Amino acid sequence: MSESLVIIGSGPAGLTAAIYAARGGLAPVVLEGLQAGGQLMLTTDVENFPGFPDGILGPELMDLLRRQAERFGARLLPGDVSRADFSSRPFLVEANGSEEYLADAVIIATGAEARWLGIPGEERLRGYGVSACATCDGFFFKERRVAVVGGGDSAMEEALFLTRFASEVVVVHRRHEFRASAIMARRVLDHPKILVRWNAVPVEVLGEQAVTGLRLRDTITGAEEDLQVDGIFVAIGHEPVTGLFRGQLEMDHLGYLITKESSMTSVPGVFAAGDVADATYRQAVTAAGTGCRAAIDAERWLEAQE
Amino acid sequence: MADNIVTATDASFGSIIAGDKPVLVDFWAPWCAPCRLIAPFLEEIATQYPDKITIAKLNIDENQQTALEHSVMSIPTLMVFHNGRPAARIVGARPKAALLHDLAPYLA
Repeated sequence: MSESLVIIGSGPAGLTAAIYAARGGLAPVVLEGLQAGGQLMLTTDVENFPGFPDGILGPELMDLLRRQAERFGARLLPGDVSRADFSSRPFLVEANGSEEYLADAVIIATGAEARWLGIPGEERLRGYGVSACATCDGFFFKERRVAVVGGGDSAMEEALFLTRFASEVVVVHRRHEFRASAIMARRVLDHPKILVRWNAVPVEVLGEQAVTGLRLRDTITGAEEDLQVDGIFVAIGHEPVTGLFRGQLEMDHLGYLITKESSMTSVPGVFAAGDVADATYRQAVTAAGTGCRAAIDAERWLEAQE
Repeated sequence: MADNIVTATDASFGSIIAGDKPVLVDFWAPWCAPCRLIAPFLEEIATQYPDKITIAKLNIDENQQTALEHSVMSIPTLMVFHNGRPAARIVGARPKAALLHDLAPYLA
């Protein structure tokens, strides 16, 4: 028996799609993925989601969305999708390497994951001072000096969070101004524990058993210098999680899914929502908005097939 | 926590990892979202392989000494101890299939 709709991913896009599809009577199956709840599960305060004037914790917001989806009959399952075959209908989606689901329509809301620097020492010292999750690992750097690499909102948030533990936080950014929103950039620039190293790119993570420093190259003079730090938090953006769909769905050169009419991908019946198809906005609220679109599009498309 | 999982502390750590049955220690903390993610996988592995491996959880917030001794600077970190010595280390949350793959030598 095939499901009407399988939604892959459970961030704001996947769960909003689930709310709409469930209310539309499709009883969607949501395969939550390894990082159930998505990127917001790793954040602290979400201050820009409409309707929460005092802000809300990321995991709390996801819990609310989850309960809202379940209330209308969405079935949330802890599956991590291991394979997908969109070459014939019903589509096949495999979770956890063995559980197979057949679906008349699929919404892909797999989101994006942290990008790494790709410099010598980084991978070897991951878990020994190199991290992409300040909320997980900030604790280990009490009274230590740490670096945050990046200039967007995520980098600002990581830097500000780390000031709770670290003696000093050095933000390393390749340009001479931040890409982050003005309010977040201002908080970082005004913070007494945060120092900014402009116009610098990391070239090597230093350390034998654990991180001892970060080698930087000045983008203007080309000169190299070693920054003494015990921890390095990488926040240089994200890349879409689309590896499983390569060769089946059209994507751009960065791997973002390309949607044609509204939210439909290059395969009719397969829709995309959230960061997986959005290289520009990447906000919780835009993800939720595209999740709504994908659910409505899927519902109409399913009706037209009957 | 499932009753087939051992709670390790700084005080009990040495005796828990001693012995020839492999012990998987999960270094975790309550505020770590990826730790919560893999918790059910570890419970399932503990249930599936009770004779092969002991699964222990160590809350790094309450047991900083042990985390420090083993240079744990990122959670979740999973370490396998065999005959009291570190034998394998997995940093970060992984799908259950990937965990089973990495733990295969200790589950056979």
